[in-house]
Amino acid sequence: MQKGTRIALILGAIPFITMVFALPLVNRIEPVVLGLPFLLFWLLAWVVLTPFILIAAYVLEKKYNPPEKGEDE
Amino acid sequence: MNAALIIIFGTIIFSSLLGIYAGRRVKMNLENWTVGGRRFGIIIIWLLMAGEIYTTFTFLGASGWAYSKGAPTFYILVYGALAYTLSFFILPALWKVGKRHGLHTQPDFFIKRYDSRPLGILVALIGVFSIIPYLQLQLTGLGLIVEVASNQAVSSQWAIGISFVLTCSFVYTSGIRGTAWVSIIKDIMMIVAVLVVGIGVPMIYFGGFGKMFQTLIEQKPHYLVLPGATSHMGVLWVMSTLILTGLGFYMWPHVFGSVFSAKSAKIIKRNAVIMPFYQIPILLVFMVGFTALLVIPSLENGDMAFLELVNRTYPSWFMGFVGAAGAVTAMVPSSILVLFASTLLAKNVYKAGFNPRASEETVMRLSRFLVLVITTLALVMAIRFPNELVNLLIIGYDGVTQFFPGVVLGLFWKKATKGAVLSGLIVGIGVVVALIYTGHDPFWGMNAGFVGLAVNSIVTLAVCLSAKPKSLVGKEV
Repeated sequence: MQKGTRIALILGAIPFITMVFALPLVNRIEPVVLGLPFLLFWLLAWVVLTPFILIAAYVLEKKYNPPEKGEDE
Repeated sequence: MNAALIIIFGTIIFSSLLGIYAGRRVKMNLENWTVGGRRFGIIIIWLLMAGEIYTTFTFLGASGWAYSKGAPTFYILVYGALAYTLSFFILPALWKVGKRHGLHTQPDFFIKRYDSRPLGILVALIGVFSIIPYLQLQLTGLGLIVEVASNQAVSSQWAIGISFVLTCSFVYTSGIRGTAWVSIIKDIMMIVAVLVVGIGVPMIYFGGFGKMFQTLIEQKPHYLVLPGATSHMGVLWVMSTLILTGLGFYMWPHVFGSVFSAKSAKIIKRNAVIMPFYQIPILLVFMVGFTALLVIPSLENGDMAFLELVNRTYPSWFMGFVGAAGAVTAMVPSSILVLFASTLLAKNVYKAGFNPRASEETVMRLSRFLVLVITTLALVMAIRFPNELVNLLIIGYDGVTQFFPGVVLGLFWKKATKGAVLSGLIVGIGVVVALIYTGHDPFWGMNAGFVGLAVNSIVTLAVCLSAKPKSLVGKEV
């Protein structure tokens, strides 16, 4: 596996870890953050962060993987 | 004739005309009709996919679940983000295979990759059986929205009938281009409606969402943590449902097929990066459901929470705007569902199963004819049995997710064989149907579809690995 792909996959695991596997740890109301009960705040925060994680994955993958042959543009 | 009615009908008629216009200057062949000639750029792909995904079910269902179930509804906010993350890794490879072999549909992929027409036909049939209840649910939702929004001036039957003849017309003429263009109107109206109501109602009744939650924590704190007001939707249920729906998301035949309409693999990858932003407004939909829970706590049907609250809070013309947004929100996903159900039947059941030498023109003509048949069928079902198919939709999601191992292994693992994928698929579907019909969903706290997918994946992998080295030669695509 190419280095860029590996980094991207590791980054791609973050939303699954935080929003699925961490659920038993965050199923609580307190502390209320920004007016939101904790469970909702936690999930929302990671939904908002996901596109930024993917941007990082996109950039790093491009940086470390050699350009593919026949890649468009 | 009241203002609400004018807004609703003006919107659906204008949308349909735009949809028809979208295909006017394009010569319609199967390639243009189903995958838009593979020429969609990033903006149109984003609108198209967002258009398919944000359905009346999100609108009414997410607020309805917040109202009647509480925290389990949070899964609706999350699963999309998981699906987009996965799509970042899977869809560009899928697009490339589609481009190389000129694929139009999901069964096309299975037929090409596994060199098996029976597998393709099975995938097509499961796809169509999953689509029809989904379509019917959109129709029923549309009827409900227009009936309430027009203050009972239009019955739900008439609303369903009129908007579906219109939807049918732009699918028939323009194919996927029609869907993409109408998505623009739909997305704008929908976002405006959600922003106004989602920010507005907590503000009007409580002076802000923070105070609304404070009241909720004082009065009904159990709604805000799992399992909410339910007995069976606990942490394990949400975890398994998130995995099921996150993986199953792009396995819906219409969403899968839309991938091929992109101009390049790069567009698909960039789209995956920006899609999660589209999830954020769902938060506002929850706010509406929670506010309704405090303000109008004794509704019989939770799915009416959004509409009831708007009705009680805003002037009737705005209700008309919400009704119009709701109507196009049903029309856009319906159009693409009809489009792909027809293509699956014409190309992957009729052509692959009965008449392999049918020309592309014949398939195209048959697909268009089937648009009329399927629309009529869904229309009759939506009017005759408005409530009975919701359960079938759940089976539909459980069903299409069973394609996941076949798609992912097919793309990334040469050793995946048709026998393995076929056995996994059959066992997976069997487990799901058995668990649901014997009343074992959830099973040990987990979503039955997830259990089916787990068994399916194990069977698929086991058969692949146990095959003799000689038969290991999967077809590389």
